[in-house]
Amino acid sequence: MTQIKHHLTDALLMAYSAGSLPEAFNLTVATHISLCDECRARLGAFDAVGGALLEQAAVPMAQDGLAATMALIRAGGETTRERPAPRNTGVLPAPLRDYIGGDLEAVRWRPIGMGVKQAILPTSKDATARLLYIPAGAAVPDHGHRGTELTLVLQGAFLDETARFGPGDIEVANEEMDHMPVADIGADCICLAATDAPLRFRALMPRLAQPFLRI
Amino acid sequence: MTKRVTETDVASTDANKENEDWVACMALIRDAGDEAAFARLFSHFAPRVKGFLMRSGADAALAEEVAQDVMATLWRKSHLFDPARASVATWIFTIARNRRIDVLRRARRPEPEDLPWGPEPEPDQADTMALQQESEQLGRALATLPEKQRVLIEKAYFSDLSHSEIAEQTGLPLGTIKSRIRLALDRLRHAMK
Repeated sequence: MTQIKHHLTDALLMAYSAGSLPEAFNLTVATHISLCDECRARLGAFDAVGGALLEQAAVPMAQDGLAATMALIRAGGETTRERPAPRNTGVLPAPLRDYIGGDLEAVRWRPIGMGVKQAILPTSKDATARLLYIPAGAAVPDHGHRGTELTLVLQGAFLDETARFGPGDIEVANEEMDHMPVADIGADCICLAATDAPLRFRALMPRLAQPFLRI
Repeated sequence: MTKRVTETDVASTDANKENEDWVACMALIRDAGDEAAFARLFSHFAPRVKGFLMRSGADAALAEEVAQDVMATLWRKSHLFDPARASVATWIFTIARNRRIDVLRRARRPEPEDLPWGPEPEPDQADTMALQQESEQLGRALATLPEKQRVLIEKAYFSDLSHSEIAEQTGLPLGTIKSRIRLALDRLRHAMK
């Protein structure tokens, strides 16, 4: 595996652990963690904070709570000792394949101009997750952000004013950032991008096109 | 020179012993379907799961129902618990959090792909002890955070609110919330060194 240089922030890991992120962000975080052992270990620490906090909030259960739970367990029948499915051998990590309904070849791309293609994934409406396909050397139109945008590289690489992002790297962009990502010349770039507010394009044409493209 | 046993040492040994007891209960449930071991875990953790759900906005009846369901999941998935990777409290927290997202938000929660190795049939004793001790240490570090910082960490985990929503609710500026949480995390990291 290539070396991942750009990781999740503490704020994102904590919100993922606490369960307060929109679904599209959860998907992007889960996909990055599937590729990144360092962030997986950091998530373990944030989950441990949740475990420690659990100690502080007891409310008595109903008198028959235990009996009712045992009844639930018995109604469930013999406990199966199922193990999680073995690690996938496809191109994309398992959480992302669940949303696509298959691997990379199952993605239903729609062209959005200049060779760039996108596929919007089915998540709750509070944020949007999309796959972006950027031909080698091509640019995504210059845009700023109203909310937060996460961009996770799945294949190839892109560069913007701040750095180069390769496979597994995640960029966390916010309101202060205007950027124009360009796919690296070596290979076509595929990214998973999540946004919690529509992007603002600087040029007039892309802004007019926004409602159609749902960027 | 003999080391004097302080009160904190005693408290810490107790909490640590408790963690190891819970781990032993999990093994009894997994290997023998031991109902007495389950009853012990239930009496400690079910009220805590219920409290967690109520602080997240569930009413008492829903919280009771979901807490029972979380505890039944603990029984059914006992073979997936890995004491070298999490304390019992942490594992239960993750089950309860996922059920909260299912039930209260009606949204899916994508989980990272599983590691290629699952829990070993006999997890390494030293790894298990180290992990359980760290969990206990973290619990103490959390308890000694300055009140203002601890309250915000609790809100972030318990109330299903984003930082901006916490800002609206508390009237604190967003920057203050972010910096208090950052300070709290720095302190926890320092305590864990």
